[in-house]
Amino acid sequence: MSKVQSRHFRAEKFDFWSFFFSGLTGLATLFILGILATILLNIIVNGWSAISWHFVSTIPKKDFFDANTTGVLPMIVGTSFRVIVMTIFVIPVGVITAIYLTEYAPNTSIITRIIRAAVNNLAGVPSIVFGLFGLGFFINFAGKNLDLLLHNANAVWGQPALIWASLTLAVMTLPVVIVATEESLKAIPPGLREASLALGATKLETILRIVLPQALPGIMTGGILAVSRAAGEVAPILFTGVAYYMASLPAHLSDQFMDLGYHVFVLSTQSPNIEQTRPILYATVLVLLLLTFALNFVAILIRARVRKKLRALG
Amino acid sequence: MKKIATILAATAFAASTLAGNITVKGSDTLVILAQKWAEVYMGQHPDVKIQVSGGGSGIGFAALQSQTTDLCDASRKAKPAEIANCLKAFAARPTEYKVALDGLSVYVNPENSLKELTMAQVGDIFTGKIKNWKEVGGPDAPITIYSRENSSGTYEFFKEHVLKGKDFAASAQTMPGTAAIVQAVLKDKNGIGYGGAAYGGGSKLLSIKKTDASPAIEPTEANVESGTYPIWRHLYVYVNPALDKGEVAAYLNWIRSDDGQKYVKDIGYYPLPKNLRSN
Amino acid sequence: MGIHRGHQARPVEWLAEKFIFFVSLSAILMVLLIFLFVAREALPVFFGQTNTALVQKPIPPDEMDKHSPAELQAYLELTPDEFAKTERKTLRALMDVKLEAQDDIPEDFRNDPDARINTTEWKYLLQSHQWNGYDKPEYIWQPVGQIKKFNIIPLFVGTLKVTLIGLLFAVPLAVGAAIYVSQLARPRLRETLKPAIELLSGIPSVVVGFFALIVMATVLQSLFHYQTRLNAFVAGLALGFAVIPVIFSIAEDALTSVPRTYTQAALALGASRWQTAWQIVLPAALPGVFAATVLGFGRAIGETMIVLMVCSASVMSWSIFDSARSITTTIAAEMAEAVNGGPHYRILFLLGALLFGATFVSNMIGDFVIHRFKQKLEGKR
Repeated sequence: MSKVQSRHFRAEKFDFWSFFFSGLTGLATLFILGILATILLNIIVNGWSAISWHFVSTIPKKDFFDANTTGVLPMIVGTSFRVIVMTIFVIPVGVITAIYLTEYAPNTSIITRIIRAAVNNLAGVPSIVFGLFGLGFFINFAGKNLDLLLHNANAVWGQPALIWASLTLAVMTLPVVIVATEESLKAIPPGLREASLALGATKLETILRIVLPQALPGIMTGGILAVSRAAGEVAPILFTGVAYYMASLPAHLSDQFMDLGYHVFVLSTQSPNIEQTRPILYATVLVLLLLTFALNFVAILIRARVRKKLRALG
Repeated sequence: MKKIATILAATAFAASTLAGNITVKGSDTLVILAQKWAEVYMGQHPDVKIQVSGGGSGIGFAALQSQTTDLCDASRKAKPAEIANCLKAFAARPTEYKVALDGLSVYVNPENSLKELTMAQVGDIFTGKIKNWKEVGGPDAPITIYSRENSSGTYEFFKEHVLKGKDFAASAQTMPGTAAIVQAVLKDKNGIGYGGAAYGGGSKLLSIKKTDASPAIEPTEANVESGTYPIWRHLYVYVNPALDKGEVAAYLNWIRSDDGQKYVKDIGYYPLPKNLRSN
Repeated sequence: MGIHRGHQARPVEWLAEKFIFFVSLSAILMVLLIFLFVAREALPVFFGQTNTALVQKPIPPDEMDKHSPAELQAYLELTPDEFAKTERKTLRALMDVKLEAQDDIPEDFRNDPDARINTTEWKYLLQSHQWNGYDKPEYIWQPVGQIKKFNIIPLFVGTLKVTLIGLLFAVPLAVGAAIYVSQLARPRLRETLKPAIELLSGIPSVVVGFFALIVMATVLQSLFHYQTRLNAFVAGLALGFAVIPVIFSIAEDALTSVPRTYTQAALALGASRWQTAWQIVLPAALPGVFAATVLGFGRAIGETMIVLMVCSASVMSWSIFDSARSITTTIAAEMAEAVNGGPHYRILFLLGALLFGATFVSNMIGDFVIHRFKQKLEGKR
């Protein structure tokens, strides 16, 4: 602390440089918010007029660049399907891992530290690498071997499909669920667990009957955050299941699907006439944003309620 | 968990091909045309169901080889490695059908005074050997080149047939699609680009001379169809010969008939010349 | 936080505990599998088992029996298993295909010295080479065409160029905002500012890419009057948008975790709020800010869709107003058209493995620094 004491501060009422630099950081904050507002406003203003019930409920039959007849129903369905299937896989694994880390794991053991390091690393793997992994592992390895076993080597699973895209996304969002669940488990007062144990419940019973119900909102938050992250991701599904165009909705786990995010990419780069497709492009972006933001917003609300409740408990 | 198992089992059974069900997969260049054909054909034959999806010619060949698709759309010929993969998978070469023509034009800005170029000059411009418009009889201004993503079939075709396999100039700017090229050329009066003949969209389409001595040919519909305009390619459908029977064969035959070829122009491509059609 | 066993564990308890333990290992398993399966597809390049030489000496199908099965198997690029299963007729057809491929080579390339080069050797992947038709040795990524050029250096340059522009833009803004929000803003304001900035991370990257392509590219070109509309500068700025929330949250967290006593002491000594933030809190939180930058770097080199949509020519140039092609973009754009299992496909996986390695290292460094920083702060308290 000697360093601090040796500094000399000018104790004037008004310090120009302090004012100047505080202003700069304030401007930086304002600038970031400005970017956010510009992006959102630009999309809302341009997209709102092009969005209609017809647009969100139509399957494009001929040419999805044609503003009058196109719709985004198959993309909405495809994106929803892939995140729902993803949730089925990622939530149990994520929650169980978080339970292990908070309830069972010895804090100092090597294995716990390795698990934590792996979770952190998984969170930082580039999304395109997940795509390669999905292609190399799920499709070329798991899928092909499944076909050998079940379908006499006829390709049913050894090709891009909804299930592989969902599993790839499940691996990608695993850290999101683990971290959120862990946070909510840690927030449960140890007294609750001790009381349960003291009354003769086993550890497993305590976790299932006392800890998990308490942690439910946190788990939901984690799930929603994972869904909102996954809903907007395009890179991991490029080689694992997304289709440029399909005339019908996906009906099976082995089908390919159309996707909102990928459709935004296709509309903005592949259109034969940029000016004509602009309105539907904006409308598609707005639908995607509404979907991810609505989910984010719900997550924030639940989290706020949980925190309030915890504060009241504490 | 039980539910998932049931769904898995159900889909495993449903995935086996039903009679009267045709799947088409491959080139994104062809996907809209393929869908149009499928639509009309399904209207005429309500008992047939045709599923069309894109992804790229490479994806189409991979699917053909793994027998997950009946037909593979391709904007280029199959590569030897792809034919070899098919041989390994089903002990036969895929059968190739030409299904349409695509003419490629060279776009310049409407203000550019130039009207025609020879094939050799176009090649030299895109490889960067010719850097100024005055070298080909235009204004004294540097040339800006707009090219496509190297994964596009158009890029590959242009490189092989116009650049004669040489590399594009390092200064060539990569655009994500034909529309982006047209837009860039419209904004840049020194720009030059290439793409589907039907997608010129207000830019100037140059006439092309095959050699110095031959006449300059405009990229009009008649000239592309007759083959006098020198930059064009076939679009293909590939099929596993073992599957080329019944519904699939009937559909392929219809695509290449006068009736099927009527719809090609709507999408911006050109119908096959009479001698390549199926009737 | 562990629960101590109340009484003797029953078999169910024991089983459940083991089950939970094994499921929790899945994160480790996934990291291992990712590395294994991405690297597995790239292995043939490592071991020099791919050959892209255009002109190869073909074996005429009629001379099939003059060669040993092992020779034929290598020539036809089959695995021993495949070779054993393939019928003679098919083998012959495969040999025909090989021969036809040689016959298809345009005359110009027959005598090209480059046509005999295996361009997937490390030498050609990493070093410059004077290709036929070029005036000087150059680094070239042109994976499509007769002679496939796979030099990965332009992709590294492109990735670094875009990433550095992004960080130069994002770090000052994000750290500035973190200082403001954590140290200078009133608590009420702070409660609204923090989630608002973090909302930026809720915008999918494909939407940021779309915005950069449709709106920013045009606006910036009319401001700066450069030649190429879609270039590394636009991509870098857009990338910055995506990294700002990452850097901001970690830096803000680090700044907030500096003990209040530091601040209070400085303020009591008459320092202004700014002086306290700049001279006391920031130096104390510097490792955290550094870690934020490193993690932001990891996020930036791994970002795909933004750069894919905004610029993509693989130019070997450090100019920020030229186009650039990043590693992620290359993988995303070219995988669909690459022949499954072919050299191009393998090299794209190699790039993926390198990318995974790079982000792995930057994550490790970032996490390590944060861990140390937190421990140090806790020790001092």
